Amino acid sequence: MESEIAQIAQYAGDGVIGLSWLMIAFPLVGAFILLVFGRFTNRWGHLLGVAMSLASFVVAVLAFMELIGFGEDQRRQAVHLYEFIPGMVDMGLLVDPLSISFALLITGVGSLIHIYSIGYMSHDEHRRRFFAYLNLFVAAMLLLVLADNYVGLFIGWEGVGLASYLLIGFWQFKPSAAVAAKKAFVVNRVGDFGLLVGMFVIWTSFGTLAFKDLGAKVSGAENGVTLAIGLLLLLGACGKSAQLPLQSWLLDAMEGPTPVSALIHAATMVTAGVYLVVRSGAFFFPEGSGAALAAAIVGAVTLLAGAIIGCAKDDIKKGLAGSTMSQIGYMMLGAGLGPAGYAFAIGHLITHGFFKADLFLGAGSIMHGMNDEVDMRKYGGLRKYMPVTFATFFIGYLAIIGFPLLSGYFTKDGIIETAVHHQPVLGWLAVLGAGITGFYMSRMVFMTFFGQKRWADDAHPHESPSVMTVPLMILSLGALGLGAYLVLGGTLYTFLRPAVGGEATPPVFDFASTPGLVTLVLVAIGAAIAWVKYGRAEVPAVQPRGSFVTTFARRDLYGDALNESLFMRPGQWLTRIAVFFDNRGIDGLVNGLAAGIGGTSGRLRRVQTGFARTYALSIFIGAALLTGALLLVGNI
Amino acid sequence: MGETVTFWVLAVVSVGAALGMVFNRKAVYSALMLGTVMLCLAVLYAVQDAPFLAAVQIIVYTGAIMMLFLFVLMLVGVDSSDSLVETLKGQRFWAIVAGLGFLALIILAIGNAAFSDQAGLAQATAQGGYIRSIALLLFTKYVFAFEITSALLITAALGAMVLAHRERLTEKPTQKDLSRARFLGDHPSPLPGPGTYARNNAIDMPARLPDGSVAESSVNRYIARYDVEHGHLPEDPELAEAIRHTAEEDSEESTNEVTK
Amino acid sequence: MTTHYLVLSALLFGIGAVGVLIRRNAIVVFMCVELMLNACNLAFVTFSRQVGNLEGQIIAFFVMVVAAAEVVVGLAIIVTIFRTRRSASVDDANLLKY
Repeated sequence: MESEIAQIAQYAGDGVIGLSWLMIAFPLVGAFILLVFGRFTNRWGHLLGVAMSLASFVVAVLAFMELIGFGEDQRRQAVHLYEFIPGMVDMGLLVDPLSISFALLITGVGSLIHIYSIGYMSHDEHRRRFFAYLNLFVAAMLLLVLADNYVGLFIGWEGVGLASYLLIGFWQFKPSAAVAAKKAFVVNRVGDFGLLVGMFVIWTSFGTLAFKDLGAKVSGAENGVTLAIGLLLLLGACGKSAQLPLQSWLLDAMEGPTPVSALIHAATMVTAGVYLVVRSGAFFFPEGSGAALAAAIVGAVTLLAGAIIGCAKDDIKKGLAGSTMSQIGYMMLGAGLGPAGYAFAIGHLITHGFFKADLFLGAGSIMHGMNDEVDMRKYGGLRKYMPVTFATFFIGYLAIIGFPLLSGYFTKDGIIETAVHHQPVLGWLAVLGAGITGFYMSRMVFMTFFGQKRWADDAHPHESPSVMTVPLMILSLGALGLGAYLVLGGTLYTFLRPAVGGEATPPVFDFASTPGLVTLVLVAIGAAIAWVKYGRAEVPAVQPRGSFVTTFARRDLYGDALNESLFMRPGQWLTRIAVFFDNRGIDGLVNGLAAGIGGTSGRLRRVQTGFARTYALSIFIGAALLTGALLLVGNI
Repeated sequence: MGETVTFWVLAVVSVGAALGMVFNRKAVYSALMLGTVMLCLAVLYAVQDAPFLAAVQIIVYTGAIMMLFLFVLMLVGVDSSDSLVETLKGQRFWAIVAGLGFLALIILAIGNAAFSDQAGLAQATAQGGYIRSIALLLFTKYVFAFEITSALLITAALGAMVLAHRERLTEKPTQKDLSRARFLGDHPSPLPGPGTYARNNAIDMPARLPDGSVAESSVNRYIARYDVEHGHLPEDPELAEAIRHTAEEDSEESTNEVTK
Repeated sequence: MTTHYLVLSALLFGIGAVGVLIRRNAIVVFMCVELMLNACNLAFVTFSRQVGNLEGQIIAFFVMVVAAAEVVVGLAIIVTIFRTRRSASVDDANLLKY
């Protein structure tokens, strides 16, 4: 039987949960200090950033400890902060299993990436600014997941968008980075528009934006309204999580520094869309509703699209970005399956946060040793030169392709099985996607670490310093065992149930299910093909022309071309028409009027000849005309 | 009958004199023509039971105003005749068109009006006769206007004096100032007089200096210009050249003055 | 007879008006103005007799007085202008223009 979602209780104790606002405050203060005090903080700015992130993490852990001390029914604690918009929004935090899971992921992985960035950004003269933005991001992301209403969520949502924009364009002297930042910003605005309008509709329909009041009001609402809200929120989620059709910004976002790609564009921010869907799940994405189905379809299509793009990219970060799209597609698919899929979606989100951060940071470590070279065709045989990076990257790789008993295996398989059970077509598409994942991730590993050297002449690959490798090791530990811990025995499921609902008994993980076995076989086949093509065979250092399908994938499935022809070109034409109309029409009218009056005056001016006799003549003619007129009307 | 004859004679004379005034080149003739018109009108006033006005017309208009006109004409130059060539394009044509049109309209209006028999002034002047009646009106009903006209006349007289008065801006030069100016100038001595020759003894002939060269300053520049304009140049080329040169200097100077 | 006098008055007025418009000598222009005033006076006198009322003659009298004042000032102005510009042409004083 379905269990009701637990009621949200007002926090009454005096423990850490009451201080959970500190989680947001710490990094916010860090960002403030680093930005306001500028270069005075250059020497120790990065340490402050790390300290603030770690402080947040400590608060999150303590809050988590306190939360699991409560009974299951009491695990949703709201902390009232202040009245934000009088009579409309009370700003408060909601500490429940869902938000605390995110908080732990954000602060935990975030802190590791902070530490890693000390090494990665050590040569950058703007490292202090980088840490300021990272702290800003952590604060905004925590506000996003901890807020107990949609307005707070939206503020955090925009905050992470801002941080993402600033960090993608961190090297703004590169035109490509500046353009990518702008693109991310603009595409995200489309999604934000959906979220914002969704919030408007929620307010006008239900009169509240707080999570704790919505549940009761939504239950009696019309289907049409909830469907509309669900689709609008899904649009927002698609923008933030790079799901079709708003996927185009994520690949370009790889222009940012690699730790940014790892933290924001892989582990945390891009999963905000999944969070939004799961958080709103009980209200607007109930199982079997149209909005949930739409989310599932979007997820399934995106997971395939991302995988296909991943197959064709030679840029290691863009390949990983395609993979991120694909993995978030899995999460979205899981989130669209109702309470049964939420636990797996969140589980996959958490494990993905670990192994994708691991992979990205590994890629960053490789680039660090290879003069910032990102083209995998210029790699090859690196495993002997970067043993730690290789080992951690390989663990991440095994996790993401779903190698049995590693993290990805449990969570992804969970999504696939649930999907096959609920939406068979989408489920089998997900199975196919898993096979493609096996191929492109293997291709990445083989091109990078195996085969012959294809380095540039001035490349001297070396292992990265321990400040970078230690986070990698910790993350790879997560990639190794976290999935098993979360899924086996339904730990995460039971933990999350008060927040997202679901049946009382957790599903038992089936090691020998048909979809699972098919997935394994497909992954093996994919890996084998990759070995044949990229492991054993010689990889050309220059990208070959490739077939139509390859070009299709290399061009991001013509997503940019589609956007250009559908939106940019008509927009440009519209602008041109508007400019033309403005120049010729409005300006022409105004200027023409002025010129007409000016010209007429100029000619009329000539009437003033200065000859008294001319004036006298006109007076006389006027008098004659008046006399005539008087005669006509008969007054004389 | 007598009035009709008088009217027709005077009407013809006055219209003819008016046209003569407008189309005469010499302003003096115009003034005389205007005097004729005014005299005619005075008679017509007298015919129309307005002997007081007839007298005033002759005294004020023909006597005072016409004299003033003639006086000003003497000041401005009595013998200068105006060119009747029209300089403003279309002015004359449109003036005549407008004049004829206006006339036609007025005559149309007059022709449309149906006049009863003339009432005559017998009733109006019944109280003590004509002059008494006029005086009665002037010093009772119109006394305020009458006083105002006196103020107007005084103001006009004052205004005329102010306008015509020329204020001296510098002190009048004394004999001493004049002689000092002469010795500081180019010619302390008088300019040379005109030349006297066997066949020419006139004021427009330049004199020769003791060395035989022509003294240009011996000819008045205005006379030289007159000679050049009318071709009265002596046969001697040297003298003719000197006159021409002086005339040129004069025209140059006047051009400079104008541009100044 | 009234009509006759009025037509004569109109004729003199028209001639005076045309003269104002076509003559350039300021003094002659002035004379034409005087002619127009006289024409008016004739009409006043005629109407005075027509309606049997002396007021027309009184108005004609005032017109004469005002004309006298006007001529005095006008001629003074003409003399002043002639003194500065050496010309009595109304076309020469055309500085007040575009």
